[in-house]
Amino acid sequence: MRKVLVVEDSSAMRGLIASIVDQVDDCEVVEVAGGFDALRQLPRERFALIITDINMPDINGLELLSFIRKNPNYTQTPVLIVSTESSERDRAKGLALGANAYITKPFIPDDLKAAVLRLLGSAT
Amino acid sequence: MSPPVNQDFISEAQEIVDVLNRDLIVAENESSTGGEIDPERVNNLFRSAHSLKGISGMFGFDSISRLAHSLESVLDGMRLGRVHIDPVGLDVLFACVERFNSLIAAAATGEDCNANVEDLTKRLEKVARGDAADTADPLEFIELGSEVRTVLTEYEEHRLKENIKRGRNLYILRITFDLANFDLGLAELDAAVKSIGEVITKLPSSKTAESGSISFDIIVGSDSNIQELSKTLGDDRIEITTIQRKQMVATALKKRAMPIPQKDTTKSDAIVEQDKNIEGSNSQLAVEGSEFARSSQDESASVKSVSQTVRVDIRRLDRLMNLVGELSLTKTAFLHISDVMKQQIGFVGLAVDLHKESRNFERRLSELQAGIMEVRMVPLANLFERMVRVGRKISRELKRQVRIEVSGEHTELDKLIVEDLADPLMHLIRNAIDHGIETPEVRAAAGKDPEGTVRLSALAQGNHVIVEVSDDGGGIDPEKVIKMAVAKKLVTPERAKELTRREIFNLLFIAGFSTRSEVSEYSGRGVGLDIVKNNISQLSGVIDIFSVKGKSTSITVTLPITLAIIPALVVAVAGRTYAIPLNNVLETLAIEDTTVSTIERREVISVRGATVPLVDLRHHFRMETKERPEVCYGVVAGVGQHRMALVVDELVGQQDIVIKSLGRRLQHIKGIAGATELGNQKTILVIDMVALINELAVDSAATEA
Repeated sequence: MRKVLVVEDSSAMRGLIASIVDQVDDCEVVEVAGGFDALRQLPRERFALIITDINMPDINGLELLSFIRKNPNYTQTPVLIVSTESSERDRAKGLALGANAYITKPFIPDDLKAAVLRLLGSAT
Repeated sequence: MSPPVNQDFISEAQEIVDVLNRDLIVAENESSTGGEIDPERVNNLFRSAHSLKGISGMFGFDSISRLAHSLESVLDGMRLGRVHIDPVGLDVLFACVERFNSLIAAAATGEDCNANVEDLTKRLEKVARGDAADTADPLEFIELGSEVRTVLTEYEEHRLKENIKRGRNLYILRITFDLANFDLGLAELDAAVKSIGEVITKLPSSKTAESGSISFDIIVGSDSNIQELSKTLGDDRIEITTIQRKQMVATALKKRAMPIPQKDTTKSDAIVEQDKNIEGSNSQLAVEGSEFARSSQDESASVKSVSQTVRVDIRRLDRLMNLVGELSLTKTAFLHISDVMKQQIGFVGLAVDLHKESRNFERRLSELQAGIMEVRMVPLANLFERMVRVGRKISRELKRQVRIEVSGEHTELDKLIVEDLADPLMHLIRNAIDHGIETPEVRAAAGKDPEGTVRLSALAQGNHVIVEVSDDGGGIDPEKVIKMAVAKKLVTPERAKELTRREIFNLLFIAGFSTRSEVSEYSGRGVGLDIVKNNISQLSGVIDIFSVKGKSTSITVTLPITLAIIPALVVAVAGRTYAIPLNNVLETLAIEDTTVSTIERREVISVRGATVPLVDLRHHFRMETKERPEVCYGVVAGVGQHRMALVVDELVGQQDIVIKSLGRRLQHIKGIAGATELGNQKTILVIDMVALINELAVDSAATEA
């Protein structure tokens, strides 16, 4: 069972993302509501993919991403950013920091699913 | 595939708009009293609009999304210092809130919500055409590593620039926290810094010294010098470094910054701050006034909030519950005083009044307690839904045909318990599908429906809720369990012959037991039923398993409905006082020597025809053993199917208690659930009946060694 961490502060959005990722075979979603929770969750389990928003309270998604990329335990873990189009500049930053993909909200569920499949495929 | 319209969206959207409205009112107040709107508030406003845009777009509410988008751009401009907002601008923002309310109301009732919002978006565009952005990049003038710069969001970068422009000092605080509670530590630090400056960003550092801890680099802007800062923080674990300015250019920059309107120099800022304080006392009135004016002038239908729910941090409820616990101590004191008075002056005059009022107080207090309890309760429906989702997936992947049935999902439990139930329950469902349900071919060959059934049910029973996971699969073979247990030396061959069916199945909960030799991807990862049992025990629950070979397996989990405040029996043993949670107590009875018999070196008594083992706290806690008094009492406790009688010297009385944790160091002591306060500042230990019963159950199933 591959675990996917979903970091998103809106519970409605989080639920939606989780339900889409859930449709992918052989993976299980762990949902957290913000960067702090993510920092706590990361050492507990081995994640095959991390999906994160950028604009969040406590620490933002870029800071989380930078933390993930610098930590030897997670350097290889694919990261998918799901954020809004207004943050065009953040998108560039995210990709520069080492995010593997970027999806703009609102997204088409099938696009998200395809991105998840692709990133999980490249993970192993 | 389009996402379904759901209640989650409505309640979250409504919540966001409510927050937006509240922040706007405060912002208006701040700007009308001549002050500057708190940058953090503007950022919150932006975040609200941003979130609303995100979810409404996703859930297909286009008009809400379009309006939120326009609003977001204005607020984005504001927080980045590009747009300056005036009273007219604020009115437009308020108009947006009202429109959101009516759009959400329409969405909630399923009416056409694709309304025209162009009127407002046009007005917003006008507001957004603010001052031109200034082009200087102050970040060029400080010694800040580019790796820090790359993780800042546009807003954080803007705040950093603002601080530089104002000539504030910039510091990096490096601090390491325990991973378990770093957010509390950060919140404290935040609060401390607020008094003298601003936290610009918090970066989790990957250069963490050891696992179990986490370091942060916190960038702070402040007018204070490093000594003042360090004094304010009052914590010498914090390593403070100053971010250096490139001196010459910085002065040039300051000069350039001067003529920019709406940005005061540091000094006049302080004056404005003072003004704000003076005006502060009037602010309440102003807020109420403006709210009233607004609600009466516009679409009156939209004022009413659609969502009738409030989200509350459960810790707040814990605090309330603690207060109720303390009040109930006061209540006990009142009743005591009233009793003494009755004895001294007779049941006349003031004694009667006091008695009546104390009773009144008692009644209202228990209503208050019940009220708070009710708020903590959530139905299991959400959790069950999640379990069904997971269950379907697992069965698909394991190629089993499984129908998952759910019942009793409206049963309510303490929110905290429900959260912690998710993992153990998921494990049980996996077990049922992986170990329980056979492949369709095997089922067909055994004359069963090729499609198996896993049933997930909940049932309220007094102060407990029973959650059951059952399946109509292959069941568990008791012979196999015994063989395995003997092979693993968990039980001696002699003892094994005497075990009852229930005791045999209980062997499955002993650490290191697994009935399957090969490792399965789902259930064989070293996490077994012993972990599930542990998790359930931590919730003061008890787990039981029963199975009929070839037919079915069912696992029941019996849980208390809450852990917050509970009635308890206060008892005395060997001169010490303890509390026993009443929800596990079935009855109390007098014990005389003659009624106690010994079976297999274990003391037992007979209660209504059933043999119940005795547990003497004197021995259990290894007290300096005084002899058991001639007459003592047995407190008969039961959880699930298990029974036990605790021997105590004296029954003192009944009282409501709030269990407090003993802290990490004492947490592992078996048989103690925590401590509680009785009146008169006396602290006593609370007996963990569940732990004692569990220990007994495992003991009696396994060997003494």
